[in-house]
Amino acid sequence: MLKLEDIIIATGDFTLAADLTVAPGSSVAVIGPSGAGKSTLLEAIAGFRDLRRGHILWQGQDLTDLPPGKRPVAMLFQDGNLFPHLTATQNVGLGLRPNGRLTPSEHEQVQSALSRVGLADKGARKPAELSGGQQSRVALARVLVQQRACLLLDEPFAALGPALKAEMLDLVAELVSETGTTLLMVSHEPEDARRIAAQALLVADGVAHAPMATAELLDNPPPALRDYLG
Amino acid sequence: MKHLLFAAGILSATSAIAADKPELTVYTYDSFVSDWGPGPQVEQAFEATCGCDLNLVGVEDGAALLSRIRLEGENSDADIVLGLDTNLIAAAMETGLFAPHSISADYTLPIEWTDTTFLPYDWGYFAFVHNAETTVPSNFRDLAESDTKILIQDPRSSTPGLGLLMWVKAAYGDETPAIWEGLSDNIVTVTKGWSEAYGLFLEGEADMVLSYTTSPAYHLIAEEDASKAAALFDEGHYMQIEVAAKLKSTDQNALADQFLNFMVSDAFQSIIPTTNWMYPAVTPASGLPDGFDTLIAPEKSLYLPADEAAGAREEALSEWLGALSQ
Amino acid sequence: MAGRAQPVNPWPGISAAALVAALILGTLAAVALRAEATRGFGPADWSALRFTLSQAALSAGLSVALAIPVARALARRRFTGRRLLIALLGAPFILPVIVAILGLLQVFGRAGWVSDLLGLIGLPPVQIYGLHGVVLAHVFFNLPLATRLILQGWQEVPSERFRLAAQLRCEGFALFHLIEAPMLKRVVPGALAVIFAICLTSFAVALTLGGGPRATTIELAIYQAFTYDFDLGRAALLSGLQLVLTATAAFVALRLSRGDGFGSGLDRAIRRWDGTGRAARLGDGCWIVLAGAFLMLPLASVMISGLGGLMHLPIQVFQAALVSIVVAAASTALLLALALPMATAIATGRYGIVEITGILGLAASPLVIGTGLFILIRPMVDPTALALPVTATVNAVMALPFALRILVPAARQSVGRYGRLALSLDMGERAFFTRILLPRMRPQIGFAAGLTAALSMGDLGVIALFADAEIATLPLQLYRLMGAYQMQAAAGAALLLLILSMGAFWMFDRGGRWHAEA
Repeated sequence: MLKLEDIIIATGDFTLAADLTVAPGSSVAVIGPSGAGKSTLLEAIAGFRDLRRGHILWQGQDLTDLPPGKRPVAMLFQDGNLFPHLTATQNVGLGLRPNGRLTPSEHEQVQSALSRVGLADKGARKPAELSGGQQSRVALARVLVQQRACLLLDEPFAALGPALKAEMLDLVAELVSETGTTLLMVSHEPEDARRIAAQALLVADGVAHAPMATAELLDNPPPALRDYLG
Repeated sequence: MKHLLFAAGILSATSAIAADKPELTVYTYDSFVSDWGPGPQVEQAFEATCGCDLNLVGVEDGAALLSRIRLEGENSDADIVLGLDTNLIAAAMETGLFAPHSISADYTLPIEWTDTTFLPYDWGYFAFVHNAETTVPSNFRDLAESDTKILIQDPRSSTPGLGLLMWVKAAYGDETPAIWEGLSDNIVTVTKGWSEAYGLFLEGEADMVLSYTTSPAYHLIAEEDASKAAALFDEGHYMQIEVAAKLKSTDQNALADQFLNFMVSDAFQSIIPTTNWMYPAVTPASGLPDGFDTLIAPEKSLYLPADEAAGAREEALSEWLGALSQ
Repeated sequence: MAGRAQPVNPWPGISAAALVAALILGTLAAVALRAEATRGFGPADWSALRFTLSQAALSAGLSVALAIPVARALARRRFTGRRLLIALLGAPFILPVIVAILGLLQVFGRAGWVSDLLGLIGLPPVQIYGLHGVVLAHVFFNLPLATRLILQGWQEVPSERFRLAAQLRCEGFALFHLIEAPMLKRVVPGALAVIFAICLTSFAVALTLGGGPRATTIELAIYQAFTYDFDLGRAALLSGLQLVLTATAAFVALRLSRGDGFGSGLDRAIRRWDGTGRAARLGDGCWIVLAGAFLMLPLASVMISGLGGLMHLPIQVFQAALVSIVVAAASTALLLALALPMATAIATGRYGIVEITGILGLAASPLVIGTGLFILIRPMVDPTALALPVTATVNAVMALPFALRILVPAARQSVGRYGRLALSLDMGERAFFTRILLPRMRPQIGFAAGLTAALSMGDLGVIALFADAEIATLPLQLYRLMGAYQMQAAAGAALLLLILSMGAFWMFDRGGRWHAEA
């Protein structure tokens, strides 16, 4: 269980408060108006923002003071998810050994992760030699080998076309259900949220609300969300 | 190979290798130690007789050389300093770092040499060098009136530059400021050192350059080119006498004396004319090289003794700065 | 996001900065402590200060003013040889001073090519000596730098904006006002301050072309205090003054510029739709030809006058060339060892002091560093034995400001773009440095290394203070040849030096960009 225990994130005069829990293995869409703090919430969970108050816990363990890399959390950003000077294999390998060389068995792990995302024969290519969709797949393969309990998506597929984006989201859905990963994803499109996230949490007016069923939230939106959905 | 070892930062202890031989360290100016200066031949000739290792260290020019000695003070590594000139002697004496010598020689200098600390090893007259076919003024007054363009060196950074100051001062005394004011429109530019000025002259940037009466000898002897001449000035030419002395702190007293004796001997003196392009302080038995006889011979030698030179220096510099800064 | 969000260990960079500061300030202190009574600043020193400031201001102003139309022309024209021209434009910056002066005078001197041309139509020769000559030489050295800085600004204007302007039929002055003026407002002040700082320490240029003691700079006053007066206290005071002036200019430059580099990607011409008119094309053509001629002719003259001597160079010159190559290599290695950690620390955005320290190299007087080192080293070892390591070190510190300006933006970009990803992967600081930063910054590392190697090759540095008869670098040997009347051989050595400097630059710069991804 991911627990945000009475937290406040503050940057400048912007503050975001949250006091909520996310069940393990669930998929939660993070929705809300632009600038409400959706990315900020994810960054705080991943460890890129300090809390002014409160604690973040995973299965009872306090993560608040852990550096990003020591948290059971993998995150994909809007861009810059791959190192352009490394091959697909090397990029995925970083998920296992960011600081050293891979052992043969780890190499196999990387290879099977690439196969799982459909890039078995593209391992030697660098990002510039891959299409946008393939780049996303490499990033997902790395998430796979990282084996973190939580996956946070800050719109990593925003630049892809609708069909490709849907394809990626389906792949994500498959992967998280295979591995039992807890998923939090920022979403601007209600369809995306409905597509893969059973639950959704609303970020608006400086508060991140507790997750509820996606359909219910979208069908009976509270005023802040209604304005946004139009 | 030695270069490479040094270069690679492997500090091959050259002095340690030669430790069985006594080492004599002589500080001098850089052009003396250069491959085209007297250094290599002097080293070879002296080492052939002394059973020692002669270590020549080059320090930019005469003024920088004196600064180096002052910087090192009483625990200087040098045994001998070679390359100060008469304008620097007073300042050098003031340091109290130099030891008197007991060497006498039959100097062929235009003046009598009596200094008991500093020994002359060569000398020359400052002069303006020009292309032989051009007609040039025959004194500073004519020069100031003429359109002739000259290149000079900065007295604050160059020995000839300071020499020119003394030249005008020795020739004109109190009239010096007026002379400089007259010259100011003839001066193309003032360079940091002799090399720059001479280089610009050869590029054709001016009609004359401040150098030595012996400069044409280089072109004649080394390049077989008779196109350069030195202008004879009728108020006389200022002398530069280059000197050497032993340091009090030397740990090679006997060897140092031996070197100073060697310095005024034929072996050393015969090297000077065609490497340092100056007159030897003691004309060697073989005489001067062919070509030196073609050089101009000033009728009057101007010279300020060391103590007067020191006194005149500040005044001359401020007169020069004043006249040329307007 | 401060606090924990960067996978970077700033301590190696801070230590490197401390070393550099210790070298520059420590040598200054060594000189000051060794000083006896000083007569302090006299009126001559104040007039030196005034001249230094005015020539630096004029040089910076003119360099930048001329660089604007040249950079604009280069930014919007595409022609064969454009890439080569931009590369060659960098040459004057790495040219040894004495070589550049002789080259300039062969073109602009009283007996130079321009004067010869004027003579043909009965005009008097060019009067190059004076303040304007000093400024001309400084423009020659710094116009390429200014052009690169401003060209960079132009290249960074997104091409969409020019597309939009073309849609709106916005041309000429309106376009300038809309797109180019705001960019220039951002880029120009930084360029001005950098060039101003560089020109503050001018010595040989100012003296030779200045035409007389009016053109006395602070650096010459330092030299005079050392050798003519042996007033170490005044030398230290003057050097301190110079440090403060340069640090101020550098601080202003840093505040005004967004820390852009003058690096790679300049050979890309942006597609533009304006300036297709005949007048605009002609104008741009003129600027390119004039700037090219101004910068290339002196180089050409160095080559022409050197060719004869090159065939008959004495063996010692080649030995010296070998020494210079080794010094340049050592200097480059040392520079990278200092600059890379420093750039990394600066990239975290929290250690501005590191950046200021790096820039002090611009202000440090070689004479003060050299003498200070001499005082410090001498009690322990024979300084002449360390002549080459000391020369390499000082050259590296002198090149540091330029290297940082090249490296810092790239480091900043890499840390900003990939820092979070590395953190979330639990990548260590060392791994981030070796696996991400170094490969990402390779083009900039190559450029910085090339610049350092070239500057170190061409600079006389402090070798003259330390050298003995056994060892000489190529610039020192060049001076020795000139001092021995061997002007022709010296011209040959100058050409060799030019070839080596350019060659070293090309090799490193090319090596950095080889197979590098965008």
